[in-house]
Order: sequence, then C-alpha cells, then structure tokens
Amino acid sequence: MIWSRHNISSPSRADVLLARLSGSLAFAVAVLLALVLLMLFKESWAVLASGGWARFFAGEGWFPSSGQYNLWPMLWATLAATLGALLLALPLGLASALFGRFYAPRWLVLPLRRVMMLLAGIPSVVYGLWGLTVLVPLIAQWEPPGASLLAAILILALMVLPTVALTSEAALAAVSSASLQGAAALGLSRKGIVLGVALPEARAGIFSGALLAAMRALGETMAVLMVAGNVVQTPGSLFDPVRVLTANIALEMSYAAGEHRAALFASGLLLMLMVAALAWLAGKRGGRLYA
Amino acid sequence: MRKHGDALLTAAVWLATALVVGAFLWLLGDVVIHGIGKLDAAFLLDAPQNAGRDGGIAPILVSTLLILVVALAVAVPLGLATAVYLSEYAAAQLAKPLRVCLNMLAGVPSIVFGLFGNALFCVALGMGFSIWSGGLTLACMMLPLFIVTTESGLSAVSSEWRRGAAALGLSRAAALWHILLPAAAPAITAGLMLSIGRALAETAALIFTSGYVDRMPESLSDSGRALSVHIYDLSMNVSGGDAAAYGSALVLIVLILAINSVAVNLTERFLQARTTA
Amino acid sequence: MISMEKKWCAAVCVGLSLCASAWAGGNKLVLTGSSTIAPLALEIGKRFEQQNPGVRVDVQTGGSTRGVNDARTGLADIGMASRAMKSDEAQVLVAHRIAMDGIGIILHQKNPVKNLSDEQIKQIYTGQIGNWREVGGEDRKITVVNKAEGRSTLELFLHHFQLNNPDIRAHVVIGDNQQGIKTVAGNVGAIGYVSIGTAEYEQTHGTPIQLLPMAGVGASVANVREGKFPLSRPLNLLTKGTPTGLAKRFIEFAQSAAVDDLVTAQYFVPLAR
Repeated sequence: MIWSRHNISSPSRADVLLARLSGSLAFAVAVLLALVLLMLFKESWAVLASGGWARFFAGEGWFPSSGQYNLWPMLWATLAATLGALLLALPLGLASALFGRFYAPRWLVLPLRRVMMLLAGIPSVVYGLWGLTVLVPLIAQWEPPGASLLAAILILALMVLPTVALTSEAALAAVSSASLQGAAALGLSRKGIVLGVALPEARAGIFSGALLAAMRALGETMAVLMVAGNVVQTPGSLFDPVRVLTANIALEMSYAAGEHRAALFASGLLLMLMVAALAWLAGKRGGRLYA
Repeated sequence: MRKHGDALLTAAVWLATALVVGAFLWLLGDVVIHGIGKLDAAFLLDAPQNAGRDGGIAPILVSTLLILVVALAVAVPLGLATAVYLSEYAAAQLAKPLRVCLNMLAGVPSIVFGLFGNALFCVALGMGFSIWSGGLTLACMMLPLFIVTTESGLSAVSSEWRRGAAALGLSRAAALWHILLPAAAPAITAGLMLSIGRALAETAALIFTSGYVDRMPESLSDSGRALSVHIYDLSMNVSGGDAAAYGSALVLIVLILAINSVAVNLTERFLQARTTA
Repeated sequence: MISMEKKWCAAVCVGLSLCASAWAGGNKLVLTGSSTIAPLALEIGKRFEQQNPGVRVDVQTGGSTRGVNDARTGLADIGMASRAMKSDEAQVLVAHRIAMDGIGIILHQKNPVKNLSDEQIKQIYTGQIGNWREVGGEDRKITVVNKAEGRSTLELFLHHFQLNNPDIRAHVVIGDNQQGIKTVAGNVGAIGYVSIGTAEYEQTHGTPIQLLPMAGVGASVANVREGKFPLSRPLNLLTKGTPTGLAKRFIEFAQSAAVDDLVTAQYFVPLAR
C-alpha cells in the first residue's frame, strides 16, 4: 500500500514539500523546548551542583535564608490541590460534555459550549479575585482562616473544568455516528449507548483532556496564590493554609538571589518532571494515549 | 431495572451540568455586578488616568489584541505543522520523545515561561519589553496545548479515510487539506479556543515580557500592558482600583466571547464546509 | 470570499508596517522595580511626558530587588525601591526619595479591640496569643496575616518589632497590599499590616477594616508626614552614581512640589518641605 503512516514515498511534489516543511517546523518546536529546558537547568545549576536533588527532600523546611530547601510540604500541597481539583473537575466536566452531546435539548447545546469556551478564557486573576472576595470569606465563616487547601481545590476545579469539558466534547463528537446508530438499532438505552459505546470509543480523547487539565492545574499560579494561604506546611486538613510550588516561585522570585533563585528554578524543573511523569504514566496505563 | 439506571444517569448528568453552570453564573454575576457600573463608551475609548482608576482602557485593549495576533500568527502555523508531522510522518521512535517533551512544556508554570521569555526575547534577542516579546512568549505557551489537541483530533480520524484518499490517488497533502483537517475540525477548534483562552488569561508571563506601560503602543516593539496584567494591577496593587478591575474583567469576558465566535465561525466555514459526513 | 493567499499578504503587510518603530534614540527613560511605586511612577511619568513632548517614560515592575539590580547593571535608567538602601547598595547607587509610606496594623471593623501594645502584637505574631479574648476581644481565633519573605514591608515590620521571620506563626501569607486588605476585610478575626495610605483610603470607602494606633500614635498619613509615626519607609528612585541628562530632570521633577498631588492621589505621603 502506498499509504502507510510512516512512509513518505508518495511521489507527489506537494507531499515532499509538506513533509520537509512540517518536519522543519516540528524541529523548530523541538529546539524551543530544548531552550526552555536549557534555561531551567542553567538557572538551577547553582543549587543542584552543591548537593544535588537530595537537598530538596531533606532538611527542616523551606527556609531560604538559612539554606534549607525542603520541598516536601509544598510538594504535598501541590499534589493534594491538583488531585482534589481533578476529582471534582473530571466527573463534572465529563458530565457536562455528555449533557451537551446526548441529553441537552437542541437550543441548549450551543450556549452551553459558548459558556465553556468563555470559562476557559477568564484570567486566573479574575478567578483568584472572586475566590478571595467571595469564597475565602465564606470558608472563613465555617473554619478560619478561610484561605486554605479547600479554597485552592475549588478554584482549580473551576478553572480546569472547561478544558475537560471542551476536549471531552471534541472526543465525543469524533465518535462515529455509525457506532451510535448501530447501538440504537440494537435497542440499547441511552445509558447503554453513552456508557457502553460512546465513552469507550472517546476514551483516548477524554484521557488526553484529563491530562491537559492535570497539567493546567499543576501549573496554575495566580489564582492559587490568592486563595490558598501560602503558608509552607504539609496540609493536615482541608482547611489548612498551604503553599503550592508555583505560588512559591511567584511569591519569592522577585526577591530571590543566588542560591535561593536557583532553588526556585529547580522547583520549576521538578514541576516539569512531574508533568512528564504524569504523561508517561498516562500513556502506559491508558494503552495508546493518542488513538 | 434498566429504566432506573437510565433515569439515574440522566439525573446525574443534568445535576452535574446545573452545578457547573450555576458556579459559572455565580462568578459571572459577581463580575457583572461590580463591573457594569464602569462600562460605557468612554471606558472603551479613553486612556487610563490616575493609575487606571479613572479613564478607560483603550491602549490596553489595543495592546492585548496585538499580542494575541502575534501569538496566533506564530503558534497556529507552527502548531498545525508539528501536529501534522507528529500524526502523519513521524516514526514512532521520534514521535514518542517529542510528545513527552511537549507534555513537559505544557507543565511549565507560567511564571517560568515569563522569565524564559524575558531571558530569550527581551534580553538575548534584544527586543526588550515589547509586544513582540509578549506575543512570542505566549506562542511558546500556547504551542503544547494546541499541538496536543490538534494531533489528538488528527489521530482520531479513522485510517479508512486515509486509505480511501490513497485509493483515489490523492497526494498526502491534498488528503490533509481536503479530508483530514476538516474531519479533525472540532478538535482543532477546541484546541484553538483553549489556546486563545490561555493566551488572554495569561498574566505572570506577560508582566515580564510585554510589560507594564499603559500607553497606546505605536509599534510592535513598544511595551504594552495586556488586559489581564491591567486587571491584576488594579485589583492587587492599586488601592481603589477594584471597580475598574471588574469593569476591565467584564470587557475581557465580552472580548473572549467575540473572539471565540469569530474563530468558531472561521473554522466552521473554512474546514467543515468541505466534509459531507 | 478573498483567497487565503491574499489574506495572508494583507496580514504580513500590516504586520510589517506596524514594525516601523517610533523609538527615538536618547529620549526614552526606563524605570523598573517596586510594584508599590510603579503606579506613582507611571503617573509622574505621564505628567513629565506632557511637559516634555517627545520624551517617553517607560515603567516596568518586578520588585524592589529587581529595581536595585537593574539600576546597577544599567538595564534600567532608574530603579524603584520601596525601602532604604542596604550598605553594599549604597556604595554604587544613589537614592532619591520621592515619598514616604507608613505601615499600620489593621483589624476587621467589627473587631472590638481598638488598641494593641507592641508586646501584644509581638505575641500575636509569634503565636503565643491565639485568641482575641486574651487581649480583650471576643472569643475568636486570631488569623495572623503576614507578608511573603523578601518584601520590604515585612523586613520593616520585623526590624521594628525585633522579630525574625522563622519565629512568626502566620495563618495566611500574602504578596501584595491589596491581598492583605481583602483578606482582613473578609475575616473578622484577622490581623495584618499594610500601607497606611491604602488602609485610610479603603476605610473611607467602606471596606470593613480599621487602623490601629501604634505606640500611642494614631496611624494616619498626617502623622507619617510629620514624622510622628514610628513605622514608615521611604520610596526611592535609584541611580547608578549621580544622575545626568534626562534622568536628572525626571528625578528633580519627581521630587518637586509639582507632583505632590500625584503622590497623595496614590495614598502615599509627600515629602515634608
């Protein structure tokens, strides 16, 4: 067969051009990534060279002025906030996508999608501002100080919801109508069609969306900085104020020098590695992440 | 029994959506209530005065749009090309590490991107604080998102269609243009929406690259304040700037709605018109 | 429908024309540094531009430390720092004070406590006092709001109360003034410290906070101006060595009485003349 995915022996000149063009542009993108990685390594070298990664996982806590760079409390906080946000956002986002595709009355579909697109574009500052002026005082009435892990989870969930919803919707839209019609012809209930046919077929796209959402949650800075309390401690309860890695970088970068600055970049590097690990894990467990 | 399961799922889905929409309306309502007072023609056409508390946001709107245009002009072609390469041409050994790298890039915190953009575009390439620097940095941030969603969409297109195209004697480029890209349109659109959203929402990265200056930019190498940076400054740095912050947020929301509509219309007209499926 | 090619051409042409820079050699002044001073510098810059056509004053933020560094390396013509200079900085840089800023303790308006001694404040911030009733208020947990490390406000606070940052037991750590105000305004049991001018403004505009007197002196902009208030900091413009040319003119303008109204508009304290 002339056409096989990794075969560029098609004789057309347009194809050769396309192959070369897309290849070189992809290469440019790869160079860009390399540059970012390079910068991160260069900036964090000072602290990595004098003690390596071990410094970040031992010590009394995060006390830069005395050379202590224990990242564990903030690492736990980051993981807890992201996990909590995903636990909320994944089911809700998926449900909204299912609603838009299978349950909504005709006139509701477009407005709903527009709402999701809109939510995706609201700056983190606005989410943070709303969280600080509405959510945090609400939680404070229940259990002070209000600025807490719970606030961070809720705001993050709200922020990644549109990503999950939009990508899941796109994945569901790609489900072949043949499968859906066939299922209906076989007499499956709507639940059966949704759970048995649509979701499995859209699994890869939904997974990819979940991954994007996780990455967004891990990398979110502004909004979490405004609502999470920013106290460096391992979260003991939902109502404890916590500081996530990104907020830490944002808070301290302007005022850090020398080793402290390098440590902050190293924590950024750690975040990147976490994301890479996540993607690799997802690829392994979900079978082929990209169908 | 089957009926109950069906009803249960229906109820769950309706409830979840209601929750989501409810939360959104709460947020939006808050912004509208606080910001609607500020909204009038003068707000959109005047320059900011008194550190942004009075006057309008015209120069800031212009800067924001310019930054977005630069970012899109760079990210969309690069992203499409890379996604096409990844999905159609790359051998497995090359594609996998590239994908891992892309995912890593997507996980870099925005403030690190800001510092990277500052180091590369502002300092090393000598562009200084400018709309160019801001736009290019944003393009870097948008790329992973856009590439991942586009590639996901392209991969989801059944191989049947590719074989059909080959059987008809279409070159790969023609098949892409006429069949595959249109078929992947929903994913591409979703990716575009998310990327634009991400670009407009970005604050930390822009503070270090396109800067703080709130004057009307005269060229792309001028420093220009983006709307998100303006909202941040007004709400967190300037006392008494809350009303203007909410007003700006409202304008931003309307802007997003408008850009999304335009983008959706364009992609629909451009791509989907070509498929009959 | 216009073809894709023509659309691209048009876009490229527009783009290229926008690239024609209007930058004119030595008529641009770049200021970077403290985000506290940035709004004030922006307004002073605008007035300076009005009075000196053809001149451009670009203000960027990034923090006081950045202002110091950029002034030292020459990346910026003038650095902005919301604190006094350290000894090693003073050897290379010259500080020009343009305003003063007092720092006061704020509580929620509904908090019945109206006065706290220095010792009580110290004990609250180090966690030794955890409930308002121990200082004469209601039975309510105290929420301590502290500033993030490195901020000049924090360093001033610590210096005044003879504390070290690791000693402080904070419940919420904030980055900017406004975050502090919003946090205290949303929590009846909170205590924090912010710029006095900002707090005064918020108070008069209905935000539910109150400023506490310190060591018997009321926290007001007037008291800071007269030097009576114990906790205040200078807002400085920094230059490498003595300034010349455009930078010199700008600094003289910023220190003159011509911008006093701008200083008060940003809720800082103009220099006593």
